[in-house]
Amino acid sequence: MSNSLFGKRSYDVIAFVLLAVLILVVLPLTLDAFRLNLFGKYLTYSFVALGLVLCWGYTGILSLGQGVFFGLGGYCMAMFLKLEASSVANTKIQSTPGIPDFMDWNQITELPFFWRPFHSLTFTLAAIILVPCIMAFVLSFAMFKRRVGGVYFAIITQALSAVMTILIIGQQGYTGGVNGITDLRTLLGWDIRPDHSKVILYFVCCVLLLGCILLGRFVLTSKLGRILVAIRDKEDRVRFSGYDVANFKVFIFCVASAFAAIGGAMFTLQVGFMSPSFVGIVPSIEMVIFCAVGGRQSLVGAVAGALLINYGKTVFSESFPELWLFAMGGLFIAVVLAFPRGLAGLMTDQVMPWVTRMRNGKGGATPSISPSPAE
Amino acid sequence: MANNTDFLLALEGVTVSFDGFKAVNDLNLYIDKGELRVIIGPNGAGKTTVLDLICGRTRLSSGSIKFKDEEISNLKEQQIVRRGIGRKFQTPSIYDDLTVFENLELSFPRGREVFGALFWNRTTEIIERVREIAEMIYLSDQLDRSAETLSHGQKQWLEIGMLLIQDPELLMLDEPVAGMSVSERTKTAALLNTIIKNRSVVVIEHDMKFVESIAHRVTVLHQGKVLCEGDMEKIHADPRVKEVYLGH
Repeated sequence: MSNSLFGKRSYDVIAFVLLAVLILVVLPLTLDAFRLNLFGKYLTYSFVALGLVLCWGYTGILSLGQGVFFGLGGYCMAMFLKLEASSVANTKIQSTPGIPDFMDWNQITELPFFWRPFHSLTFTLAAIILVPCIMAFVLSFAMFKRRVGGVYFAIITQALSAVMTILIIGQQGYTGGVNGITDLRTLLGWDIRPDHSKVILYFVCCVLLLGCILLGRFVLTSKLGRILVAIRDKEDRVRFSGYDVANFKVFIFCVASAFAAIGGAMFTLQVGFMSPSFVGIVPSIEMVIFCAVGGRQSLVGAVAGALLINYGKTVFSESFPELWLFAMGGLFIAVVLAFPRGLAGLMTDQVMPWVTRMRNGKGGATPSISPSPAE
Repeated sequence: MANNTDFLLALEGVTVSFDGFKAVNDLNLYIDKGELRVIIGPNGAGKTTVLDLICGRTRLSSGSIKFKDEEISNLKEQQIVRRGIGRKFQTPSIYDDLTVFENLELSFPRGREVFGALFWNRTTEIIERVREIAEMIYLSDQLDRSAETLSHGQKQWLEIGMLLIQDPELLMLDEPVAGMSVSERTKTAALLNTIIKNRSVVVIEHDMKFVESIAHRVTVLHQGKVLCEGDMEKIHADPRVKEVYLGH
């Protein structure tokens, strides 16, 4: 009924406003700089979770390789910052001054060609979005045009994240290897390390995140969003309605990878390094769990899931480090079994109707609002 | 080979084999403009396979399929749809998670590219058209209902509506009254009689009463070949048809 549709839309708006108040007002006022920076880091994961809502929750494409796109965005940012930190003056003790320290340690004497454009911030910002998008495009175009989907696609994305990790670790001289790219200092001369810079970066991250939520909402509420749901339901029928299904899947997968990449770039800025441990299979799967727990069909829910789990991880692993992985595994099983639509589903299916019932109960009248069953 | 331009759809020498089993064997079938053709035949005769071949779901092993004198057997499903061929599946194939209105809106033949869909504008023209179709398929008071909750018969009608809104020149229906109640069948027959104006329709059906109520021309398939073709009387009179199909 149109009434419930309106109801659902207004839930979305309320949830969005609550999230904005939480991350823009409540957290900065109540947390010290260290904790706020931690939340900034959690927020970068929620970009990935947002992308997963689009491609997994709505379109049914499960990707176990979102860490790759997170990492690519993060590495692009890190390359720019590293070049800025490796000025000749800063690196004069190296045998080749002016190149990143890890290259010097690996007997590389000249900046590799693919590093050179990263002297430019404009190029870097474009690359943060475009490099992951092109990669996502090539991969998904090859798969979806051949109608490879479902579990097979998930396995291939997982393989991709393994390949990517091995490549980065193996090419130590060009990538910094297993340590990643560390010791990042300034962005166009502005020091990113002190607390006050981190607070500013936190707010930039919040604004970008809220922007991505709005963009995601625009996509999902357009006709394209309904086509995505239709593809999830009955891919064949969509084809026989005259749509090229593969194009839509490629599009949404690229959007998801771009969101992940923005998260990765913000991660590098706020945490101050990037390493292959954020690219591999484990972080990629963790990101799917954030999304599942928060609610894979709710943009705000997925962000909340990323925040809650990471907060839980920090608190829990400070006191019981060895138990955390079990707790997370248990939580994932609980979500799959007990509330498959995540916290957001729990909210709209259980809590909200309960609130409505309580309110109606107080008013004395309890009109039956259950929809008439199908014939 | 006849190359008659009067036919809307012409299948010639069509063969498809699955691991050596010829589901359709050297089949010739011609559909005229404005014709209503019913295909009947025992189970496994290849009826559904013929529709799958026409709409591009299954690929030919050999032969040719021409629509309006152009070869379509090498096109993708969505390209064939855009040429003007609509297909209804045997089991209702609709989008359960969307409303009736959205189901019909998605089938409206515009905004089929990614960015066309992203910046789609629900104009009054589209709303009018959706309402018009909903009226025809007896669902005009169900537009906001989730398609999942419709009855089986309503789902069948919705799928027919999703095809009608595309305004195809050739409409293919695979057992449109299967699982329907008697009153739903009558309504469906009436619906079919309205929609066959201005277009050609191919119907696969088992229900002989229903076939008699709508049929103009009937093709009997048996083991992937045309056994007999003609009007209802001819079919009834044919001893071979009695033997393989009607006699039971």
